[in-house]
Formats: sequence, C-alpha cells, structure tokens
Amino acid sequence: MKSGQHDPTLLLDLCSRILDLVGGRAEAEVTVSSGRSALTRFANSFIHQNVAETGQWARVRVVVDGRIASAGTSLLATGLDAMVERALDAARFRPVDPDWPGLAPPVHAPPPPEGAYDPDTHVAAPEARAQVVRDFVAPGGGDAHGAALADALADALADGLTAAGYCQTGGHEVAFANSAGQQLWGHTTRAVIEGIHRSAEGDGGGQQVAARIADLDGAAAGRRAAGKARRSVDMIDADPGDWEVVLEPNSVVDVLDLLTGHGFNAKHHAEGRSFVRLGEQQMDESLTIFDDALDPRIIGMPFDAEGTPRGRLDLVKAGVSTALCHDRRTAREAGTGSTGHAVAGGEAAGPIPHHVFLQPGDRSPEDIVAGVERGLLITDFWYTRILDPKTTVVTGLTRNGTFLIENGQITRAVRNLRFTQSYIEALAPGNVVAVGTDGRLAGESQFFAPTLHLKSWHFSGGAKG
Amino acid sequence: MFEFAQAAVEGALAAGATYADARFGLNRSESMFARNGRIETLRHGESGGVGVRALIGSSWGFMAVAEPSETTARTAGFDAAAIAKASALVPGPPLELADVEPVQAEWTSGWQEHPFDVSISERGDLLVGVTETMHKIAGVTVAEAHLSAWDTQKWFVSSQGSRIFQHIVETGASMGATAVGEHETQRRSYGGIGGSYATRGYELIRQIDMAGNAGRVGEEAVELLVAPECQPGTTDLILGSEQLALQIHESVGHAIELDRILGWEAAFAGTSFLDLSQLGTLRYGSELMNITADATLPGALGTFGYDDEGTPAKRVDIVKDGTWVGVLSGRDSAAVTGLPPGGMVRGEGWNRLPMVRMTNVGILPGTSSLDEIIASTDDGIYMETNRSWSIDDKRLNFQFGCEVGYEVKHGRRGRLLRNPTYTGITPQFWAGLDMLGNQSEWIFWGTPNCGKGQPMQYGHTGHPAVPARFRNVRVGVRGRAGA
Repeated sequence: MKSGQHDPTLLLDLCSRILDLVGGRAEAEVTVSSGRSALTRFANSFIHQNVAETGQWARVRVVVDGRIASAGTSLLATGLDAMVERALDAARFRPVDPDWPGLAPPVHAPPPPEGAYDPDTHVAAPEARAQVVRDFVAPGGGDAHGAALADALADALADGLTAAGYCQTGGHEVAFANSAGQQLWGHTTRAVIEGIHRSAEGDGGGQQVAARIADLDGAAAGRRAAGKARRSVDMIDADPGDWEVVLEPNSVVDVLDLLTGHGFNAKHHAEGRSFVRLGEQQMDESLTIFDDALDPRIIGMPFDAEGTPRGRLDLVKAGVSTALCHDRRTAREAGTGSTGHAVAGGEAAGPIPHHVFLQPGDRSPEDIVAGVERGLLITDFWYTRILDPKTTVVTGLTRNGTFLIENGQITRAVRNLRFTQSYIEALAPGNVVAVGTDGRLAGESQFFAPTLHLKSWHFSGGAKG
Repeated sequence: MFEFAQAAVEGALAAGATYADARFGLNRSESMFARNGRIETLRHGESGGVGVRALIGSSWGFMAVAEPSETTARTAGFDAAAIAKASALVPGPPLELADVEPVQAEWTSGWQEHPFDVSISERGDLLVGVTETMHKIAGVTVAEAHLSAWDTQKWFVSSQGSRIFQHIVETGASMGATAVGEHETQRRSYGGIGGSYATRGYELIRQIDMAGNAGRVGEEAVELLVAPECQPGTTDLILGSEQLALQIHESVGHAIELDRILGWEAAFAGTSFLDLSQLGTLRYGSELMNITADATLPGALGTFGYDDEGTPAKRVDIVKDGTWVGVLSGRDSAAVTGLPPGGMVRGEGWNRLPMVRMTNVGILPGTSSLDEIIASTDDGIYMETNRSWSIDDKRLNFQFGCEVGYEVKHGRRGRLLRNPTYTGITPQFWAGLDMLGNQSEWIFWGTPNCGKGQPMQYGHTGHPAVPARFRNVRVGVRGRAGA
C-alpha cells in the first residue's frame, strides 16, 4: 500500500474473517480501518516536530441474544481471536438490551465521493509538507522557494513576526461488514495547513483544508495570517458589552459545531436537553444548515459506524428546524430511520453530524465589513465551553485576530475578549444581518461555513478581566 | 519487547540520527457506561506498537508502527530519521538535550486489585445500581455512570543506554444526574474533574462509595432547578478541593509548561503569560500558595517511575510562598533554557511523540478546615464541582462554572445557588488566596483528558488540592438577559 492505492478487498476480507471468528455465536458488526497520518509542526518559524504514523484498527460489536459488547485491537495479525473472544465473554455478562435496534440491513450505499481521496496525499513525503510550511512561514511576495525564501523570511522577521502551526497529510480506508450481509468500503485523504504569525502584541491566523496536498497554498494562508499579525499593533481594549460582530468562517464553525452536536442530536433531544423545536422558526430565515458527507466540497466517508449509508440531511431550512440526526437506536425509539450519524463507540454520546454546511449567502466579506458602522471582526474563537445545552449559553474567547470596524473600515486591532453568549439567540430571527459568499472548510471541525454578520454578541470581559 | 525498541533505535542511528529513543507499548483499556439503569456501552481496547524518535538538527522526527517485527521496527527508525532530515527545509537552531544518566530499570505502579480481574457483572451491577438510584428520584431525567481502566506496559530504549520497563495501572469512575427544566438543565455529579481517577487498582472504586452518594447526587440535581441563580457581583469565593484542582490545572499547570513558554505550542494550545526572565521573582499568588509538580506521589494519576525520555520521576517546586520558581520541562526544553530536566515528558501512547506534560501539579495544604474557612467568611459563595472551564491561550483570563454554589453569610453555609460562575486574571486571582484547607482534606484529584499537542494527545495528570478561599472575586457572569 506504499503507493497509496487501495484494494477494497483486503480490508473487506479481514472483516469477513472476523465475522467467521464470531461464527454463529452472535450477531456481529465489524469495522476495520487502516491509514497513515503525518504532521509537520513548526514554531518560532522553524520545524521542530515532525511525526508520522501507520495505523490499523479492528472493532467488533457482538450481540448475543440481545446482550451487547464490543472490543477493538490494533493487533490485526495476532490479536483478532482474542478480540472476538473478549467481546463474546463480555456480552454474556450483560443484561439483555431491550432497545437493541438490530444490525443495519444490506442496502446499496453510494460510492465514495469523487475527489475525497488522493493517493499522493495519502503517502505525501515530509519534504512535501515542509514545502507548504516554508511557504507559510515566509509568505512574502513572489516565489518563496529557493533563494527567495531567505528574503521572504527576512521580511517577516523584520516585521517582528514569527510563525507557528502545522501541515498535516494522511489518508485512511475503512471497511464495514455485518452478519446481516451489509458490506461497505470507503477511503478519504486530508491535507491541512494551519498556523499563525505572531507579532509582539498579537497574532493572525490562516488555514486551508483540502483532500489533496496539491491544493494547499501555504503562501496564501501565511499571507493571510501575517497580514492580520501586522495589523495587530497599537492594540486597544474594547469595552465589554453587546457588540455588532462579523464572524469569519473559523468562528462560525465553532457556533455550528456546538449547535449541531448538542441540539440536533436525537438522543439529547429525546432527553429534553436540546434547544431544537422541530417545525419552529428558531433561526433567522437567511440561515440554511445541512449535513452531507457526500457533498464534494467536504471530505466525507459514505457510511456511518453502524453501516448506514449517508446522504444529505437538512437540519435548518430558512431558519426553521427541520430534522434531527439519528443512529439506529434513536431512530427506533423515535419510530423513524437512521440518518447515518452513528459514531464509533459513541452510544453514550448519541448521533452527531460531522459534515455540516451553512449555506453561503449573497454578500462578499468585504461588503459585509463595509456595511458595519461600529462592530468587531472576529477571526476565531478559542476554548469555547457550553454552560447549558438547552439555552446554548457558551463562554469562550476571541483569538488570532480581533479588529474594530468603524464606518465600514477596519481601524484598530483589539485585544482578545471573553464572551458569554447564547448561540441560538445570536442566530435568532432578525439577528442575522448578512451571510457571506465565502463558504469554505474551516475551524477545528472543518465544517463548511461562510462569514456571518450578526446584530449582537455579548462580551462579558476584556483581556484584563 | 525490548528488541523492537532496540531495532528502531538502531535504524534511526544508522540513518543519521544524533540521538534516538523508542518505546514499545502494549496498552489495554476497558470502559463501561451505564444510563438510567442500563449498561449502554462496554468496550475493550488493545493496541501494541513501537514509536521511535530521532533527533537531527533542529527537529525531532517520529514514526510509529503497529504490531512491528524487528524489520519493520528498524524501518520505522529509518523513517523517523528521514522525517527529521526533511525538517531541514525550514531549519532552526540545533536542538540539544540536557544530560540524564542512562538507566536500566523496571518500575510498576502497584495495585491491590487489578481492575480487569473484577468481574464484568460486579462492575456492571455497580453502575446499574447507582444509575437506578439516581433515576428513580423524581425530576432526574438522565442518570449516568462510568468506569474506566487502563493497563499500560512500555519498554523504553535510548541510544544513550537506557532500558526501562514500566507497568502502570490506572482506574477511574464517575456518575452524574441531569435534571431538565423548562428553560435549562442542571447537572450534579460525583467525583473530581469529570470523576475520580488514580494510578491505582479497583480499590479506588471500592473506596469512593458511589452507591452511598448516588441518592444525594440525584436529589441535588433536582434541587438546583428551583434554586435561586448566582447573582453577579464581587465577593469572597470558597472553592471545594476538586474545583481548586481544576483551577490549578488550568491557571498554573499549563502556564508553567516550558514548551508553551518557549512558543513551541503557540499555534494551538497557546503560550504562557510567564516570562522566563521572571523566574524566581514573579509574584504568582499570595504567600499561602505553594505548588509542586511531584511525579512520585503514591497513587496519584500523574505518577510514574520514569518519563518517556527515561528521566526519573521527581518532585519540583513550582511556586514557593507565592513566588514562581519552577517549570515543567523535558530534556530539549531544559537544554534550551539551561534549566535542569524535569522528567515531565510523556506521550499518550506508543504512537505519539512525547511532550511536556503535567505530572501531579498540586497545592500543598494549609492549616484550616473547610468548616473553619466557611465559619470565618462573613459574606461569600462556596462553589463545588466543575461544570465548565474556559481560559485564554496565555492562561491568564479564565471563566469557570461550577455545578453548585452556596451562599455563605455570617460564617454559615446558606441557600443553594444555581449556575455559579466566576472569572478572573490568574496572578490577581491567586493573590487573593487567604485560607487553605489542611492536610486531612488533601485529595489527589486526577484528570484523564488533558488535551495538548498536534495531533491531539490526551494526558493523565494529577492535582492534589484542598478547599481554599479567595478574596474579591467576580462571580455570576452571564450572557445577555434571558440567556
């Protein structure tokens, strides 16, 4: 597999072998994954940590007369028998689960999304990542390769900037099979450049995510970060209180992540812990949110951990909450079907959407900023924690570039602020001024989001408390 | 298993590494979750492989392979060196390592009852029982409990002659009840930072008496729904020891990590408000503040024999009588700064590059009891058990929420308060420390989910703590009206 090309039969055969080990003793579902991940970290403008890993994992869930247990191992050559026996032994000691929804039936699954896998990215050499890093670290004008690197780096250093971040490449393939006859296989790759440029006072962030390392433009990400860092001088403190805000995609993804993971999770909803009221206009009509692992703009696997094929699920249409994410268990309890959102080993967490889109709007980010009389531009949020899932009150801080907008112009850099804000209230009808055209994969969750212009965001403290 | 680690080191040296070390690891884990009287998840995990670290120039190269042979382990060493070499495209100053005496040793954490030897049915009965007890209480919507156990064996070899085997067993448990009201939810849980965790066996679970506390936990969750809200203001704040453990973890433990101070974690985990030029002079807190990083405390979650660079576990003073005097370091960060290596570098597993990690970063006890602290407080709030935590990337500006608060008036614990939160700036907050619990209230709390690094690693850290009082703290921070 050094070439990065995959033969689906290898992992599917391993799945079959594990099912054979279970034999007629139980119903069973098996997942086998294999992959390679590499990450090049840089700090103080040089590479200091450079890691790679070839990984493999097998997991079996057995159901013995309604008694369920699972086991996993990375020892694919020597540990499969023991894994199966451990799962079977454990299941025998468990009480019958009256809500067991059964195995996913054998149904046709869509093929892996076009463009979600790139063999060159799967096996990308450390030199390829280092090139992207070099472009990020020294993004100054023109060709940052070769002799120009020293000049570009000198420019950055002359500005008092240093860079830190990472470039990641890797790919993995996953095979699924169960004793009901379902068999699935998929593979994806991912390449990321993400980092900051730091000045003495502040910093600026830049990020790109793609399925192909060839699509990463380290210099563009670096220029974005360096540009924000250069503006982060003579910083001011903004007064705590309610501010009009322009959230760039990274910070929008944080909002989407917490709202969809907690709110549209059918388990949380059934327990009364969700804010979602289906059929109600809970968000501004300019907002449409959906989850779609098959959309070519995102990097997704075409089936979930239970072997249910994935597709598009509209969570919010024009501000109206329309659907919840289900796995097989929550679907059974709700009398509906799984939407393909089961998480491996995630029974306790419930179904979670991992391929979320916020539909882009019709205003460019520049237009949005131009329309702000007085407000704050937020690059990213940091350390956000939900205080209560029902009210979706969250606290966190701004990071990697916060700027004052006055009369449509970015005028000053602002020190990071702490906010305490209900996310659903921030998106409530009438609170969204504009949605940007600039949708992209962004943030820690790498959802697809554009810039958002919101009427009000509550900052509960400044950098000094 | 030393042969795989040895082969990996040899491979790295042959490919040009100036230094190399490798860990062969064999990790087993079990976790069990119960919800509302039913076992929801029962999982076993097992992984084995070798991770090899090669130093060339200014960078580490690291390669991990699962289930190696001697040949693939040697190749992994080669690959680690090749990866390190590629770093030269964006070079920095050469990385040196502080001296550590090579060691050939074995170390076992010790346990009375290995958690995997306790029958699944016994463990399951415990979780089913406590969740049934909580769930039967009118108003409790969700009752959850979980047990976790880890058995880690690692064989370490370095190119400088160390050969160390360690066997570490860790156990933990938690339980909590959630009550859902019309407009919000309330949660009450038992244990410390997400539970009780220790480098011990199942004896920990028998000691913490989950069954005896389940009813109280459920009742308090329901009571919280109708309790008055913690009002905004500035007051004296008394923290329970488990919340002080979290406070130490976030506002001291991460801030003193030398890799953060040097900027090595700037892009993700962040940096630190601490500047090395202030080491030995910076006033971190009041004179009552004495913080140590002690990897030798028996049974604490951050205890081990040797770190993942082969440095013996040790105790280091971090804050002495309120003055900042120490850091958490490894061989490379220590060499950069000229400080002695702290023996505080660990990886989540064999497949992760070791990095600076908290050991047992905790506060030394004072002389008061919690009752005495409350009795001497005229007007304040007592808060217990963390519910949310958020702190900036310099570890300076924090806001923490707790599950419960109690009014303290005229030396007595008063009404229950819901949604208690407090916020502050690290050195200002610690300067307000004026009363500290005593030795009998000193508990070794642990957290098994300390996130750091890229790729993200989850570390197990310990935090000895006692109840404490802080003067003039801003409490009751909320969002907009109605939120």
